[in-house]
Amino acid sequence: MIIKNNILVEDGWRVLRFNEQDTAETISVPEGKVIVPLKVWQAQRDQLLTRQQQGEIGVWFASDERPEDIKQDVQNFPVIAVDFPVFSDGRGYSIAYNLRARLGFSGELRAIGDVLRDQLFYMHRVGFNAFAPRPDRDIHEALKGFQDFSEVYQSSIDQKLPLFKRAHRKGGISNATVGGRNR
Amino acid sequence: MYCYDEYDQTMIDERVTQFRDQVRRRLANELTETEFLPLRLQNGLYMQVHGYMLRIAIPYGLLSSKQMRMFAHIARNYDRGYGHFTTRQNIQFNWLKLEDTPDILADLASVQMHAIQTSGNCIRNITSDEFAGVAQDEIVDPRPYAEILRQWSTFHPEFAYLPRKFKIAVSGAKQDRAAIQAHDIGLAIVQSTQGEVGFRVFVGGGLGRTPIVGSEIRDFVPWQHILTYVESILRIYNQFGRRDNKFKARIKILVKALGIDEFRRLVEEDWAETKGGPGTLTAEEVERVSSFFTGPSYEALLEHDSKLNEFKVDNRRFSNWMFSNVKPHRIKGYAIVVLSLKKPGETPGDATDTQMDAIADLADRYSFGEMRITHQQNIVFADVRQSDLIALWEELTKLELASPNIGLLTDMISCPGAEFCTLANARSIPLAKSIAERFESIDFQHDIGEITLNISGCMNACGQNHIGNIGITGVEKKNHDEWYQISIGGAEGNDCSMGKILGPSFKFHQVPEAIDRILYVYLRERVDENERFIETVRRIGHQPFKEHVYAAEFDEEPVIERLDDKTVSPAQYAVPFYSPRF
Repeated sequence: MIIKNNILVEDGWRVLRFNEQDTAETISVPEGKVIVPLKVWQAQRDQLLTRQQQGEIGVWFASDERPEDIKQDVQNFPVIAVDFPVFSDGRGYSIAYNLRARLGFSGELRAIGDVLRDQLFYMHRVGFNAFAPRPDRDIHEALKGFQDFSEVYQSSIDQKLPLFKRAHRKGGISNATVGGRNR
Repeated sequence: MYCYDEYDQTMIDERVTQFRDQVRRRLANELTETEFLPLRLQNGLYMQVHGYMLRIAIPYGLLSSKQMRMFAHIARNYDRGYGHFTTRQNIQFNWLKLEDTPDILADLASVQMHAIQTSGNCIRNITSDEFAGVAQDEIVDPRPYAEILRQWSTFHPEFAYLPRKFKIAVSGAKQDRAAIQAHDIGLAIVQSTQGEVGFRVFVGGGLGRTPIVGSEIRDFVPWQHILTYVESILRIYNQFGRRDNKFKARIKILVKALGIDEFRRLVEEDWAETKGGPGTLTAEEVERVSSFFTGPSYEALLEHDSKLNEFKVDNRRFSNWMFSNVKPHRIKGYAIVVLSLKKPGETPGDATDTQMDAIADLADRYSFGEMRITHQQNIVFADVRQSDLIALWEELTKLELASPNIGLLTDMISCPGAEFCTLANARSIPLAKSIAERFESIDFQHDIGEITLNISGCMNACGQNHIGNIGITGVEKKNHDEWYQISIGGAEGNDCSMGKILGPSFKFHQVPEAIDRILYVYLRERVDENERFIETVRRIGHQPFKEHVYAAEFDEEPVIERLDDKTVSPAQYAVPFYSPRF
C-alpha cells in the first residue's frame, strides 16, 4: 500500500535497489512495473526505452542526484521517485520542486525511503503526490500528516500564489499593539 | 508593531496542536528520540544540562508589554523565575519539563508568539536593528521587510531540513547594528541613485568554528524581488551544501569552496527562472505590512536639554547614564533608552519574572507599551519623552536596570556556558561576573570608552567572541580544565572584522588580569581619548599587546576556604555550578 492523492491505494510498482554485487550495467531489471535507480536508467537506457514507452519503467533519484541530468527523458516516465536516505536529508524537497516547477514533470512523484508522517505536509507542498511511508509505521496514522495546517504563507507547487496574493489581509490602520496602549 | 490576523493566528494555533500530538506520540514511544529531535528543535526545544530548554522567537527583537508579561508568567509558572535574553534577540528558559511545553506554546500563541524554527536546521528568527524606526541614520525601516521574511520563512516546505541552521539579518540604517555580515544572509536596505529601494545582499558570513565575514553577492536587488532572490540562495544551499560533516555544513563553507563568483552564478541561474514569478512582492503587501510600523502618535515636543543638563550637573550617576544609555531619537523631544541587563555581578541577559513584569509596566508608562531586545542582550525603550528621562532613570535605578555601561567594558555579551549548555567547554557567566567585578569602576569604564567584550563557552561562538573587540572563547584541554583563548581586533557593524587570537590560552582566574594588561597597552598607546580601542588595535597591531600580556608571570591561583572548612582549589569552583562536565 502507498498513499496516493491523499488516499491509500495498492502499489503496482516495485522499487529496484542495488545489492552489493550489483552495478548499474549488470543489474537485471525484473519484469513488470519497476522504478529503477537513475544510474541504471542511464546505463541501460537503450534496452529500457521500449518498456518506458509502455509505461513500465519509472526512475528514482538519490538525494545527491539531479533530475536536470536527464532533462529530456523526465516527461516520459509515468512515475518518478525521490529517495530520502534519512528523513533529515532535505535535498529531496528541492529535487521535487525542480521536477515540477522547472522540468514540467506532471506524472506521479513519489517519496520513498525514510518517509514519515511528520514530513508529509511539506513533501506534499513541494509536489509529491505519492508516498511510501516506512513499512514499520502505521500508514493510516500517516494520513493524518496532511492535515497539520489549513493555511500557508508561501507559494510552492501545491499553492501557486503566496498568501498575500490570495487573501485580503488587513493592514495596521487601527494599529493596535498586542498589549499596552494603542498606537 | 505587527499584529496577527486570522491567518497568522490559525497557523500558530495549528502548530500548537501539531506539537501537542508530537509530544504525546513521543511520550507514548510512537516516535523515537531521533525522530522527535528535529520536530522539537523546530519548536525551539533543546535537551540541555538541566532538562529541556525552550527558545522563544522575538521576531526582529520587537515585543509588547503584554508579551513581556507572558515571559514573566512562564518564568514563574514553568521555570525557576527567570529567563535569558540571547544574542539573537530571543529568550530562553532553561528549566522546563517536556510535558509542559505544549501548554507553554499555547500560552505564547495567546499573545501572538511562538518558538517556531528557533532551532534546528532551518531558517531561524529574522533579526534586525534594535533602533529600527527611530534611529537618526535610518534609510528605510527594516521591520516590514523582516516581517515579510518571517512569514515567508515560516513553515517554508522546501527549507525545513537544510544541511545546517540558517540565519538572516536585516539592517536599514547607515550604521549596521544587526551584525549582518556575521549571518548566513545579511541584507542591507539601500537606495539607488534614482531613489529606488533595494537590498545589498551578503552571503556566507558566520561565526562558530570557522569565522568568516559575509561576501557581497549582489549590490542591489530591487525590493520586489527580495523573496525570490533569497529563495534561490536557499535552494542552491539546500542542494549543494555539505551534509557529511556537521562542522562544514554551513553556507559559508559552500560559498568558500565554490568561490563567491561560482556561487553567484548558480544563484543567478536559479533566480532567472523565478524572478518575476509568484513570489514577487507587491507594493500593496509592503504597504500593508508597513502600516503596522508607522510609529506611535508622537506629541509635538521641544528638545528638553536645559532641565536635563541642570540635573546632570548635580548628579554624576545620571549624567553617566545619559551619556552611555540614552541615544538620540529621530523625533524632537524624544529619546531612545537602553535598559542594561548587565549589572556587574549579575548574569548578562538574565531577567527575573519580577523584573520582566516591572519592565512591562514601565514600557506601558514611558514607551507606548513596546520594547526591543538587542543582540547585546539588553532592552530598548525606543520612544521615551525627554521630559520623562529623570523619572524613568529613577525607576530603573530601583530595579537595578540602570547600570550606565551600554557600549562599555561591562556591557559584555555572554553565552550561557557550561553550566547550562552541553556543548560548552567552559563556563561563561561566572567569568563575565568575575571580569565585571574587576572593572566595576564606572569612571574607569568611561575612560576606556567604547569597547565590546564577548564571551563564548566554546568554539561554536554563541557569545559572538569573534566580533568582540576583545573576544574570549572557552577551550577544552586535558582533564576538563577550563581554559580560555583571548582574541582582539574583532568588530561588528560596517567595519566588521574577525578578531585574532593573542597567544596561549589562560586559566579562569588569569583572564581578568590578562584583560587588564590589554587595556593598559591601549591606554598607553592611544593617540588620545577619541581613539577607540578597536582603532588602536588596528593601528598598532597585535604585537605590543602580546608582548605586554605575556611579559610577566600570572599570580598563582588563589586557594579559597570553604564554609565546610575543606580547602578547595582552584578558586573558580567556589562558585556553585552544576555542569556534568565537572
